[in-house]
Amino acid sequence: MKRKTEALIKEHKEISEGIFSLVLETELAKEACPGQFAGVYPKDGSRILMRPISICDADESSLRMVYRVAGGGTKEISGYKSGETVEILGMLGNGYDLEALKGKRVLSLGGGIGIPPMLYLAKALKMAGIENTAVLGYADNKTFLKEEFEEQCGTYVASMDGSAGTKGTVLDAIKENGLEAEVICACGPMPMLKAVKEYAQEKGMEAYISLEERMACGVGACLGCVTKTVKKDEHTHVNNTRICVEGPVFDAKEVCI
Amino acid sequence: MKLSVNIAGVELKNPVMTASGTFGSGMEYAEMADLNRLGAIVTKGVANVAWEGNPTPRVAEVYGGMLNAIGLQNPGVDVFMERDLKFLEAYDTKVIVNVCGHTVEEYCEVVEKLNDTKVSMYEINVSCPNVKAGALAFGQDAGVLEATTKAIKAVAKKPVIMKLSPNVTSIKDMALAAEAGGADAISLINTLIGMKIDINRKKFVLANRTGGFSGPAVKPVAVRMVYEASHAVKIPVIGMGGISNAEDALEFILAGATAVSVGTANFTDPEASMKVIDGIEAYMVKYGTEDIRSLIGAVS
Repeated sequence: MKRKTEALIKEHKEISEGIFSLVLETELAKEACPGQFAGVYPKDGSRILMRPISICDADESSLRMVYRVAGGGTKEISGYKSGETVEILGMLGNGYDLEALKGKRVLSLGGGIGIPPMLYLAKALKMAGIENTAVLGYADNKTFLKEEFEEQCGTYVASMDGSAGTKGTVLDAIKENGLEAEVICACGPMPMLKAVKEYAQEKGMEAYISLEERMACGVGACLGCVTKTVKKDEHTHVNNTRICVEGPVFDAKEVCI
Repeated sequence: MKLSVNIAGVELKNPVMTASGTFGSGMEYAEMADLNRLGAIVTKGVANVAWEGNPTPRVAEVYGGMLNAIGLQNPGVDVFMERDLKFLEAYDTKVIVNVCGHTVEEYCEVVEKLNDTKVSMYEINVSCPNVKAGALAFGQDAGVLEATTKAIKAVAKKPVIMKLSPNVTSIKDMALAAEAGGADAISLINTLIGMKIDINRKKFVLANRTGGFSGPAVKPVAVRMVYEASHAVKIPVIGMGGISNAEDALEFILAGATAVSVGTANFTDPEASMKVIDGIEAYMVKYGTEDIRSLIGAVS
């Protein structure tokens, strides 16, 4: 059941320049699944909207979120100390359909701040016995979370400046290493997701991509965060769908990005 | 202690509603908030056919509030009746349908379709700043507003609330025009037209360039306008604009509002409206107020 609740900060640290790892103690954790997100509310009253942040890991009692400081709101959140409480709205979004991935080889691709949710997915895939290889795309050699991926699955790295792994994008790393799979799961910046969609189409692969958009309510009421769809959406009855409810994970074939 | 208020013959159990566009049709919030507690639910704008709305980004946070340019995306009145209205029938609250259109005929078509339903009232959206044809055009000229109100009143079998725009020179003139057109009530304010610019990209933040500004920061403007409008007309006024707690709501009531709507605050807290109701009760206990109606327009 979605709800706004108070969570205790168990751990909060900067794991790379401008990238923070936030671990919250909350009963929402047991409802989480990979690909979902939660909203973190800033405490400064001038900031009225929650910040939607993907789930990097979850167990019975704690949620881990790894986020980038992108503006005033996340800057404020990055200052919260362990032992403090913070209000969150969760669990939001649909998440990856693990059933649909069973019996297939998965390539999970994360780009930039799209990397954290793929770690939670990697853990779930491992637990479900689904073959998975991760390809992580960074700007440079600040390869946050890489070691944690290596504990879960085969892990390849690409960096735009060539200072770590393959020089270029996650797709360059796939080609260079001759990686093959039946399904792609991806989260990252829009140019990456567009390229992934095209690549999957070319190769005849299934692709599930996680989209991001500015949102207000997070629960499907405001219709702020929509994406264009090929078919008429069942809920909206027009050719767009709510990222916060029907997404953020979509079959790449069904969305126009 | 009496919290109920009456608007055009419709008895609300308390004066607190949800503002159009911020609460979906209630469905989206039903698992997080007790809809039965609300005086009324005002639905998101409904048109005669489905509207796609504007390109994204559609929302942006600003200091003390937000901008939105959704563009009145909605599934159309037929789907709305079949799905959303059916859902709402299970709840013990009044349903006010916000009606939008590009032309007077479109507004009337929606109203006529809803005439024989359990809907309690219509709120006519003549004040959306994010739709190019129509909408705001009906709400910025007193003559047009009066004529639009008359046309809708001629077909409506339920009370008509005209929702006014704050983006006018004289809110008093607009309130009087709605009243002259036969409106049963007015509601205000809709959002103020705003803009946000990303200085690093040198781009507009919203795809629509401009958007409706709402949230706590707009409250003083809204309170002033509700005061002016309610002192100009005899019909009831529903006040809104930046209400996020009971203190805010009480300012509107004291300014002259018979009822209030909680809007953007729903995004900050899905139970904001319920907390407003609790807070109004606590205020009445504190000051020994027997009947909420004694507070309406009681500022001096």
